[in-house]
Amino acid sequence: MRNRIAGRLDRIPPSGIRKFFDLVSSMGGVISLGVGEPDFPTPWHITEAAIHSLEQGYTMYTSNSGMIELRREIASYLKTTYDLDYDPNTELLITNGVSEGLDLAVRAILDPGDEVIMPDPAYVSYPSCVLFADGVPVRVPTSCDNQFKLAAADVEARITSRTKAILIGYPANPTGAVMEIGDLADIADVARHHNLMVISDEIYNLLVYDTEPVCFASLPGVKDRTILLAGFSKAYAMTGWRIGYAAASADLIAAMTKIHQYTALCAPIMGQVAAIEAIKAGEPEARRMTQEYDRRRRVMVKGLNDIGLTCFEPKGAFYAFPSITSTGMSSEEFAETLLTEEKVAVVPGTAFGQCGEGHVRCCYATSLSNIEEALTRMARFVKKYRRS
Amino acid sequence: MRQIFDILANDARVTPEQVAAMTGLSEAEVRSTIEEAEKDRTIVKYKTIINWEKLGNEPVMALIEIRLQPQRDVGFDAAAARIYRYPQVRFAYLVSGTYDLAVLVEGKSLHEVGAFVSEKLAPLEGVQGTATHFLLKRYKEDGEVLEGGEEDKRLPLTM
Ligand SMILES: Cc1ncc(COP(=O)(O)O)c(C=O)c1O
Repeated sequence: MRNRIAGRLDRIPPSGIRKFFDLVSSMGGVISLGVGEPDFPTPWHITEAAIHSLEQGYTMYTSNSGMIELRREIASYLKTTYDLDYDPNTELLITNGVSEGLDLAVRAILDPGDEVIMPDPAYVSYPSCVLFADGVPVRVPTSCDNQFKLAAADVEARITSRTKAILIGYPANPTGAVMEIGDLADIADVARHHNLMVISDEIYNLLVYDTEPVCFASLPGVKDRTILLAGFSKAYAMTGWRIGYAAASADLIAAMTKIHQYTALCAPIMGQVAAIEAIKAGEPEARRMTQEYDRRRRVMVKGLNDIGLTCFEPKGAFYAFPSITSTGMSSEEFAETLLTEEKVAVVPGTAFGQCGEGHVRCCYATSLSNIEEALTRMARFVKKYRRS
Repeated sequence: MRQIFDILANDARVTPEQVAAMTGLSEAEVRSTIEEAEKDRTIVKYKTIINWEKLGNEPVMALIEIRLQPQRDVGFDAAAARIYRYPQVRFAYLVSGTYDLAVLVEGKSLHEVGAFVSEKLAPLEGVQGTATHFLLKRYKEDGEVLEGGEEDKRLPLTM
């Protein structure tokens, strides 16, 4: 037999955290700032709605596109929040999380060799999904000097005849960066000018602090070329329910649905029922959680800066992305040594791209007492290794 | 400002320094707001929620519905005051509906609570009737579920 595993997979590097995962799992007493999900359970009214539907016997497939009631609720949410019109019948697709939406989006638009421009660092799935679709990820370096924003000029400089799309995700994992409306408008200009598509992952859009969420598709003249991806995982603490959605013009949604119907069939019905409850009545709880994250964010960012790990102010998601260069260590070295010596788990910035070097991702979706204890341990650690 | 109280209502042990870090207000501002609130009894007291069952000497509690005769000029307030001044009365609320005052009475034994109700509360002037409901189990106290605890069920590292 030839190789059992397809050669395509060789092009995808193994996930940067696997090693840490095994290490963390084998240790006791670890405070983890390494998670990527809320620490709150799903608000009870949402869970209860799903339990009720299960009791009623709603345990079957839904239409490929997802329950029409959910699509209608999403359409009306996008209308009232961003004044965006999407037809729930043809321009919305319910997906198995934004994860599936992302995969469908790139598979729907990429031919082999097509290039997708994306920031570095960025969410781990972006380059991998593009590679799985036989596309080519083109990374644009970003840095804390520019609050990890994606500069339009840097995007433009990387456009070639093979460039098909720009892939953005703000508020960002791992940096917590947000792009203000003006920053996004510059990206929109580039997309229009060079006739590029834009995939905008807005899964953290409701998790912003001291600033208003912006939906890329609502910027002038880009709705038709934009695939908006969003979901319920983060803002409603629903990671395990696996519900996301894609909103785009009918031809794109039709193409994505074509793949989705054969590879996923539909998103889970209980998750869709829960999502209907979330979007209809979940706002107060979502707001309460966001306020709680905001308090922890302030404590985390101030704490990191105080102990000598310089950290720009993240205005979204639930991550801080401090610089660890004062220790003279690489990101991996820092994360590994911190874990073994002080039992605090963080994710090395390099897991998200080369430009994450010199940084680690610290998630503040954990209790204040955990954050404070982690900061105490990290302070001791930094003091021991500090170079400058 | 409101935030300071939200935070303290949830955890009285948070220090002014921590409140300042959480809200972005200055520590001095937080301190003076708290001092002021303590003085004018906006902050009434700092207390702890204890699961007495774990200590094996849970106090006996009873929820008592009381029907009161309202009085000219003072309504229910005077009669209520004669009731809530007893230290055995831990909570007292004027409520709408089929009765007027809901009080939570605490004692060491069924007998003690029963005697308090029949000897002290029921005979009071203005009390028209009482209904006593002994508490059998405490599930949730001040927003906190007592049993089980909420351990972190998440994987320690995710993307
Ligand atoms: C930026 C970003 N996009 C997408 C996802 C995946 O979310 P979902 O649970 O909707 O698949 C995550 C999860 O961590 C994320 O951080």
